Amino acid sequence: MLLALLVLALIAATLAAPVVARAVSGRARSFGEGSGRERAAPGIGYDPGRERRAEQRARQLLRSCVNDEEWGMYRDLGFIRVDGKKRPERRATDRADTSRQDAAGPAPYAYLVYPHKPILAYVPESGQLLSEYCVEFPDLTGAGATRLPASDDVLAKWMALTSDESRVIGRANMHLVGRQLDPSRVRRDLWRLSEWERRGNHGSIEARRA
Amino acid sequence: MKPGHGEVLLTEGDPQVREEQERLVQEFRRQLDEGMWAAVPTENAGSGRREAQMVRDYSEIPPEAERVIFFPRAAGG
Repeated sequence: MLLALLVLALIAATLAAPVVARAVSGRARSFGEGSGRERAAPGIGYDPGRERRAEQRARQLLRSCVNDEEWGMYRDLGFIRVDGKKRPERRATDRADTSRQDAAGPAPYAYLVYPHKPILAYVPESGQLLSEYCVEFPDLTGAGATRLPASDDVLAKWMALTSDESRVIGRANMHLVGRQLDPSRVRRDLWRLSEWERRGNHGSIEARRA
Repeated sequence: MKPGHGEVLLTEGDPQVREEQERLVQEFRRQLDEGMWAAVPTENAGSGRREAQMVRDYSEIPPEAERVIFFPRAAGG
């Protein structure tokens, strides 16, 4: 009985061997092709080390330009809020009364600036999502195969919005929210932002590290 | 800012020194001719908030500015 089972197992192993061998060799080839594609990537200019160093420099540059609060926001949450500059038209008689409030009051609308994603416009007071502005800073050198490091992309948007909001918004493609940005994720980000502000978390991580 | 590289120092010099200023002006124009935007990080004197000022000509650079950042012009994505 034991001998019969042993012979049966040997036959089964012999029959299964080519199947196993095909599966193993197929996977190895697949691995080889995958590795080949990854090795081919540097040929078109991708260098992970260079990209990482570029991003490190970009973060330092961003930090040196934006406000401490904005830097903390980006470091902790991954995006920056930029207040809109355009104010609603007011009658001349109202302007004198409200000029002080305008200077210190909340902006009627604001933007969330994500790296390599559209700029999102929303109403801070109500949380209403207004629109997304698709904008990019394309490579002008002609190669067109590379893009700005993530933090440089955020800084470019921040500089463009704080210096000439109309210009950058005018160049962007405007869409309803949901084309590229997930509205539920944006709402979650707004909640995270409000929690972050409520806790007064500016610089908290650095404080903990220290 | 250069795609794929990040921050790259193009040139530096003292605007008070004529030769160095000429070099700065030349580089400034070259960057704008290549289609870059130029911005100077500034601090609002009233609120103390930081913001950027776009400059289209060398003469628009605030005298106290320590650096000018060039970045690719925005385009619809």
